[in-house]
Amino acid sequence: MSILEFSLLVCGSSLIAGLVGALTGLGGGVVLVPLLSLFFKVDIRYAIGASLVSVIATSSGAAAAYVKEGFSNIRIGMFLEIATTLGALLGAHLTTRVSTHAIAIVFGVVLLFSAYFSRKPRSQAERNIPPDPLATRLHLNGSFPDVDGPRSYNVQHVPTGWGLMFGAGALSGLLGIGSGAMKVLAMDQAMKIPFKVSTTTSNFMIGVTAAASAGVYLNRGYIDPGLAMPVMLGVLAGSMLGAKILVKAQTKWLRLGFSLVIVLLAIEMLYHGLSGRI
Amino acid sequence: MPPRNWTDQRIENILGNLLRAGVLLSALVVSIGGAIYLIRHGHEPVNFRAFRGEPANLRSVRGIIRDALELRGQGIIQLGLLLLIATPVARVAFSIFGFAEEHDGMYVVFTLIVFSVLLYGLFGTA
Repeated sequence: MSILEFSLLVCGSSLIAGLVGALTGLGGGVVLVPLLSLFFKVDIRYAIGASLVSVIATSSGAAAAYVKEGFSNIRIGMFLEIATTLGALLGAHLTTRVSTHAIAIVFGVVLLFSAYFSRKPRSQAERNIPPDPLATRLHLNGSFPDVDGPRSYNVQHVPTGWGLMFGAGALSGLLGIGSGAMKVLAMDQAMKIPFKVSTTTSNFMIGVTAAASAGVYLNRGYIDPGLAMPVMLGVLAGSMLGAKILVKAQTKWLRLGFSLVIVLLAIEMLYHGLSGRI
Repeated sequence: MPPRNWTDQRIENILGNLLRAGVLLSALVVSIGGAIYLIRHGHEPVNFRAFRGEPANLRSVRGIIRDALELRGQGIIQLGLLLLIATPVARVAFSIFGFAEEHDGMYVVFTLIVFSVLLYGLFGTA
């Protein structure tokens, strides 16, 4: 395959990954690394580098569209970014120390968790919970535009959420993904933040988290321009398209479909990692 | 509760536009570099199977800028990617002023911590 053909194929696949990633709030990175390493036979370290760069593009490119809808909460984002950026530095340092087999296995496990937690039902009854003192002190509570007017929410379990965010940052730095699933898990499930607020705030945070480990990757030679170029341009186009149709989309069916794809990729990654093919 | 109505929304709008401008500029630079790279090397066989690590001129800020100034495709792509990495860093820097304007000292401190971690990742790990 020539570089031109390769670039076009990778760009097209990245566009689809970016589109689905933006629509589900799970990010394109989670399918990009398996896609590049399993189907395009790229060394997983180059795949991780290109994916991480595209994760920044996904996050930043979609941010303007999300902001206009008024879903994201800038204070929740900034407070939790302390955890995610510190975790990201740790993860990026780990990547240069562990074997590619280990990275593939961890990747497979993370994919399975992403699929599982994206299928976990959300309780609609937990709408009117009293404010948590710590969340109030940190000015984390907010409101967002719902179908029947503005709806306010009270953030819960701040320390648990912060700890999960540190883990999400570490996985982001280790695997070159946005860790959208774990960020949404921390906000939606642990901190009881409404799903749309969680996904958009998570999207906002992903770019900052990835920027923390991108410097480490660049300095270590993991970011190849020939690979990062088609991946970044494709994912960016896909994610901007996705952000335009997010508000109208039915997240339920998208999450179902996407989690099935993730399970299949997880099995492949585990198999390749355990058998030493990656 | 701090004032979180129009100022917050205004800051978020500015931040959103800043991010989009940064990403579009970086995409433009990457596209230009990509075009040069594909015109010069597009017909060559692809090889990303083996990990070699990037050469020094494609992994340091100084090397990337020198390569880009020599109009090398790969150098220009890396320059675009550097711009992309700088975009969220700029958004965090801007947030420091945004929170300061709202007299929210706690969030100025939080944002400064995030900013320091980002700078360490970019310059402290070379």
